[in-house]
Amino acid sequence: MLNIKNLHVKLEDEDKQILKGVNLTVEAGKVHAIMGPNGSGKSTLSYVLSGKGGYEVTDGSASLDGQDLLELEAEERATAGLFLAFQYPVEIPGVGNMTFLRTAVNAQRKARGEDPMSAADFLKEVRKTAKSLKIDAEMLKRPVNVGFSGGEKKRNEILQMAMLSPKMCILDETDSGLDVDAMKLVAEGVNALRDGKRGFLVITHYQRLLDHIKPDVVHIMANGRIIKTGGPELALEVENNGYAGILAEVE
Amino acid sequence: MALANLKQTATEARLSELTLPVGGCLAEARRAALSRVQTMGLPGRRDEYWKYTRPDTLTQAIAPTAAVFQHDEAPIFDEFDCLKIVFVDGVFDAEASDDLQLEGVQIDRLSDIESQDIHWSKDLYGVLEARGQDPVPRPLAALNTAFAKDGVVIRVTGKPSKPINLIYNHQSESSDAMLHHVIRIDAGAEVTVLENGPAAARFNKCSEIDIADGGALHMICAQGRDHERRAATHLFARLGEKSVFKCFTLTVNGVLTRNEAVVELLGDDAVVHIAGACVGDGDFHHDDTVFITHVAENCESRQVFKKVLRNGATGVFQGKILVKSTAQKTDGYQISQALMLDDDSQFLAKPELEIYADDVACSHGTTSGAIDEEALFYLQSRGVPRRDATNLLTLAFLAEAVSEIGNQDIVDTIVCRLENWLIRRL
Ligand SMILES: Nc1ncnc2c1ncn2[C@@H]1O[C@H](COP(=O)(O)OP(=O)(O)O)[C@@H](O)[C@H]1O
Ligand SMILES: [Mg+2]
Repeated sequence: MLNIKNLHVKLEDEDKQILKGVNLTVEAGKVHAIMGPNGSGKSTLSYVLSGKGGYEVTDGSASLDGQDLLELEAEERATAGLFLAFQYPVEIPGVGNMTFLRTAVNAQRKARGEDPMSAADFLKEVRKTAKSLKIDAEMLKRPVNVGFSGGEKKRNEILQMAMLSPKMCILDETDSGLDVDAMKLVAEGVNALRDGKRGFLVITHYQRLLDHIKPDVVHIMANGRIIKTGGPELALEVENNGYAGILAEVE
Repeated sequence: MALANLKQTATEARLSELTLPVGGCLAEARRAALSRVQTMGLPGRRDEYWKYTRPDTLTQAIAPTAAVFQHDEAPIFDEFDCLKIVFVDGVFDAEASDDLQLEGVQIDRLSDIESQDIHWSKDLYGVLEARGQDPVPRPLAALNTAFAKDGVVIRVTGKPSKPINLIYNHQSESSDAMLHHVIRIDAGAEVTVLENGPAAARFNKCSEIDIADGGALHMICAQGRDHERRAATHLFARLGEKSVFKCFTLTVNGVLTRNEAVVELLGDDAVVHIAGACVGDGDFHHDDTVFITHVAENCESRQVFKKVLRNGATGVFQGKILVKSTAQKTDGYQISQALMLDDDSQFLAKPELEIYADDVACSHGTTSGAIDEEALFYLQSRGVPRRDATNLLTLAFLAEAVSEIGNQDIVDTIVCRLENWLIRRL
């Protein structure tokens, strides 16, 4: 489903190479995890895939179900079915969370040539999903992410993911800053979306999230490359020995 | 002190084109105002208070022409049930206006009271304007007091069932209009006044507002959509104890706009909110100049101004909060912000606080910047096209000013007009 080949990325304004040949394929219905030390390029990968400006792809390719992602505008990638749950969700003062969600849902429907969702259907759907994520009505009314706690922001990301029902979900450190209960809630939200077809790329620094969202494949990223790929046991190895062992082994 | 030569010549040139209405109960006020103009002289480029806005086209003897802008949007407040009072190029249009009858208000045409010997408005006409000349001269307002032939004087004695809508139509491309309104809100009375339209090629409006104890006035003004029109408006308000004055102005287009508001909080616990949202591009120049004086205790003042500027447009904000030594427990807030939709526009701001009381809470802030790229990407990553995302964020930027309007239906109407402006520029 998601096909990344030899992806090289540098900063647009600086002579700084961040991704140095990333190869990765996520099959439909599978959960892949990427682990790696801070600064290894995990967030950059997620941004480049979703179309954020400021980066330059110097080599390689990325496609979703055969469609070249790198040619598309960010919004077109979303409409094509890609979703990124941000490591740092953005605050948007003045835009209500509900308005934001409805604008997004209907923008995607419009791009696909579908009619907008009726206000009633939308409300019903949001309420149901929000409830399962313990997001209250108050949070839906407030401006997007403004004054939200860390946990609230992450739950809000999952709510958006559920409402937009993408085919490929990238979660960037969705567990960071969450306590155990909040993490469980988020993991449940993600697991509820596992339907055998949807693909997941779960970026995390720690193994603990992977206790709740069981990955099929685990990749270790360091210094702009995937240096090792294995099964869930690889995450445990990181948990027990840290990254140092794996890094040394690869070198 | 004699005026500088240039100023004297310019002032005389302007005055030579005007004739003072004579007789009636306002004659004395008009003569006094004329003498104020002669003493102050009309604003010139060198004046500190006109540092950011060139006054010449506002003061020159003959108004520059302005095309009447044709569009298919209905007048903004048409959908609301109001008592309508229509002016065309600054002249009252009886035919197009409703009967000036409404329970709880007494409305007269300025030119009608002119012929009377006594009228309640005599005690206010030119009086509040004259008070507002200190410490900063506002000669265009004095000019208006002296020469405006039309306008309305409104005395609110109760709580009328509907708003009063002053409609300013622009029909002639060479019109040069002056309107002078006096609004008196009696103790405990309350009214909403809606104003809309470009008024004329050049428009000079002066409103004197006196709100007695416990009175309330809500004003919402939309200055039309004409691109080439020029306007200098003044609003002088005096607030009594526990009174409320809320004023919001929407400006869309217009080659030159200078909106001045001068407010004195004279009774304890009074509240004044002055807000404005403007959007413009190209040769759009928009100036909000506000002067709020806290005299009494425990009063609240808010100034909230938001400007969206594109393609070389200029925004100006001069806002002052003066807190006299008697005005303990003042709560003063002022924010002015500009959103630049490209690199060519400019925002010039001069926020000022002058405080002589020790127990006050005053804050002010001014910012200018571009659309938040992070927020833009966040919206795009959810599937919202960049243009729509930009519009959404622009409306969000304006929201703080628009939400100063208490009435949700009017908020929705204003937001809709702003949205249309943005969409037309896609
Ligand atoms: N916009 C940027 N400007 C400067 N440096 C950047 C930028 N984006 C990423 N980097 C740098 O690229 C490297 C990878 O960052 P990132 O992708 O955030 O790593 P990770 O998510 O794995 O912690 C880091 O050294 C980071 O400082
Ligand atoms: Mg990161």
